[in-house]
Amino acid sequence: MTSATPRPAPAPKPASPGPAHPRPVPPRPTPPSGAPVRVTGAQSLVRSLEAVGCDVVFGIPGGAIMPAYDALLDSRGLRHVLVRHEQGAGHAATGYAQATGRVGVCVATSGPGATNLVTPLADAYMDSVPVVAITGQVAQSLIGTDGFQEADICGITMPITKHNFLVTDPADIPRTIAEAFHLASTGRPGPVLVDIPKDVQQAVTSFVWPPEMRLPGYRPTTRPHGKQVREAARLIATARRPVLYVGGGVLKADAAAELRELAELTGIPVVTTLMARGAFPDSHRQHLGMPGMHGTVAAVAAMQRADLLVALGARFDDRVTGKLDSFAPEATVVHADIDPAEISKNRRADVPIVGDCKEVVAELTEAVRAELERTGAPDLAEWWAQLDHWRQTFPLGYDWPADGTLSPQYVIERIGALVGPDAVYAAGVGQHQMWAAQFVRYENPRSFVNSGGLGTMGFAVPGAMGAKVGRPDLPVWAIDGDGCFQMTNQELATCAIENIPIKVAVINNGNLGMVRQWQTLFYDQRYSQTDLGTHKHRIPDFVLLAEALGCVGLRAESRDEVDEVVRKAMEINDRPVVIDFVVGKDAQVWPMVAAGTGNDEIMAARGIRPLFDDAE
Amino acid sequence: MSKHTLSVLVENKPGVLARVAGLFSRRGFNIESLAVGPTEHPEVSRMTIVVSVDELPLEQVTKQLNKLVNVIKIVELERDTSVRRELLLVKVRADATVRSQVLETVQLFRAKVVDVSPEAVTVEATGTQDKLDALLRMLEPYGIREMVQSGMVAIGRGARSITATAVR
Repeated sequence: MTSATPRPAPAPKPASPGPAHPRPVPPRPTPPSGAPVRVTGAQSLVRSLEAVGCDVVFGIPGGAIMPAYDALLDSRGLRHVLVRHEQGAGHAATGYAQATGRVGVCVATSGPGATNLVTPLADAYMDSVPVVAITGQVAQSLIGTDGFQEADICGITMPITKHNFLVTDPADIPRTIAEAFHLASTGRPGPVLVDIPKDVQQAVTSFVWPPEMRLPGYRPTTRPHGKQVREAARLIATARRPVLYVGGGVLKADAAAELRELAELTGIPVVTTLMARGAFPDSHRQHLGMPGMHGTVAAVAAMQRADLLVALGARFDDRVTGKLDSFAPEATVVHADIDPAEISKNRRADVPIVGDCKEVVAELTEAVRAELERTGAPDLAEWWAQLDHWRQTFPLGYDWPADGTLSPQYVIERIGALVGPDAVYAAGVGQHQMWAAQFVRYENPRSFVNSGGLGTMGFAVPGAMGAKVGRPDLPVWAIDGDGCFQMTNQELATCAIENIPIKVAVINNGNLGMVRQWQTLFYDQRYSQTDLGTHKHRIPDFVLLAEALGCVGLRAESRDEVDEVVRKAMEINDRPVVIDFVVGKDAQVWPMVAAGTGNDEIMAARGIRPLFDDAE
Repeated sequence: MSKHTLSVLVENKPGVLARVAGLFSRRGFNIESLAVGPTEHPEVSRMTIVVSVDELPLEQVTKQLNKLVNVIKIVELERDTSVRRELLLVKVRADATVRSQVLETVQLFRAKVVDVSPEAVTVEATGTQDKLDALLRMLEPYGIREMVQSGMVAIGRGARSITATAVR
């Protein structure tokens, strides 16, 4: 284990509300509520953000957003975190939103600043995360002329945002910001972009709050249809092999408590998708784990053999269903989601329920209770015997690498055990992400933050940064891969300077591990461009890199160093900590449903197909 | 696959057409015909979109369209209970030797001549796709020099209005 070179800790900084003001703040006039105030568009923007309840924004200034940044200097209560790359700002806003449930906000300039937000916006769109992005735009006289740093960011982000706005009149700024936050956070949440030309920021206008929102085409359905709920309850009360298929919508609707009540009332087994880890305690007896491509055998098998699937805020993603036509072939499907377009999109729903999961699950619980009083509780003993058999025969596990190297699964398991459930874990994308979903035990909602739908490598460090800003009271651990880490680690400088003491566990196998795993399994072990050379050359040296970025750098290379180094990291709270866990490159993620195959072909380990064996 | 006619009421704002067209292309739905124009409410525009899809994908189309914030209302118009029209302008070769025959055809279809030159006439016709196709078949032998056709517009029969309930 290598420990950090001693270095002076950076001067303590106020955690909030941000940097000291380098120039005096003029006293703000306090007009009667609702009366217009003369301001610039930029000041109107900052006041709107304050008024809508935004407490922190992540961003970088540039030419077309400079008026807004000038106004930001005078803001009281609005913290700005100066990131190193706009992608970091976007993922930080997502991490913040995922960890807190509040809208995450990022700011960038026009052109390249805005296009650098494209990846995080697409990411937030796929995972339905409430994010508002504010971008500067060239002055209106330059729009359409290929002006310097001009990009049609509204056109570019149309397919990856819930909605976007180009503000052409400064008087529209308060209303647009109010609408953006409303759209981002209600219904099915998602990212909203507000593009503001520089001249609109500079123009003098009047600021009035609260503005009147004008969204005639936006009316999300939150109250479920009573008849559908009763029909679902009837099915639940009579099913012999039911499964509660829980997706990220349950977390977004803050419905974990309601879910637990429904589960315990009915005794039905629960599976939580990648986006729903933490929605139901991992320690709960009824929890079968995560379904899908790298889910537990019990979770996958339960869905395959179910006679009733109750999907709550889940979207039948291909990573969950495998080949659709062989997915859960005997199951009747109850599908509850706030987005009507998700229902019957992939798998036909027998009982569709449109509504907010919190209300749906609460009403469903009452309807089931009434139904059970009439019919008596269904006997699930046989079903549980089968589930327990799968659970006991094929528990999650891993083998230690034959070459004596450190097991990545062990590292992640130990981090989870030592840090515990009262923390936020953020993952990048790949093997380490799947292991973080499998081997950390989640007990609380919003304790696992990751990039599910888009699969954005590099999410972990900025995602953890945003989560820590939103939840400074909790330890925040990024579980990252060495490939991911090299995409976005520059934000560690932001963390060090802005006093955001996250921990980063780099699961360093020297390779693009998930791609390598597929090369091993499906490409005849032809390892095309997956060896990053991190091991062979120790380039970069993650310990030195961490220190260069103002963090503490630690390293562990063997089993007996793991606990010690994690404990050491847990004791450091004045700076970010990076731990380079040098692990073997041949570890694989199991179980696995190979891409394009049906879930019946799940392999508990290479060559072991529990459901096929069952049938024989 | 069958054809479906959707009347889509949208906010009259810049970029709405791009949002709708973009949604169709990225979700893999094919637009057969599209017409956009104002309504009796200045803040609302109306699109008439003809799509060729089966029942289930059609449900996806309308659900996804409904998610667009600027889309206010979608109504599917059935063939039997709506009036559908397209506009055709066609320039037909018509010198003195055949002009009278061309004009006779035009009259048969209750179309009208809107421009005349020594070598050609330009004919304006409105009607359903079937009627316009029939007219074109009749004019083809004379030689069609140029033609342009609008997307279909459609409105429900009877006194009911789809905009009345959608707009305050």
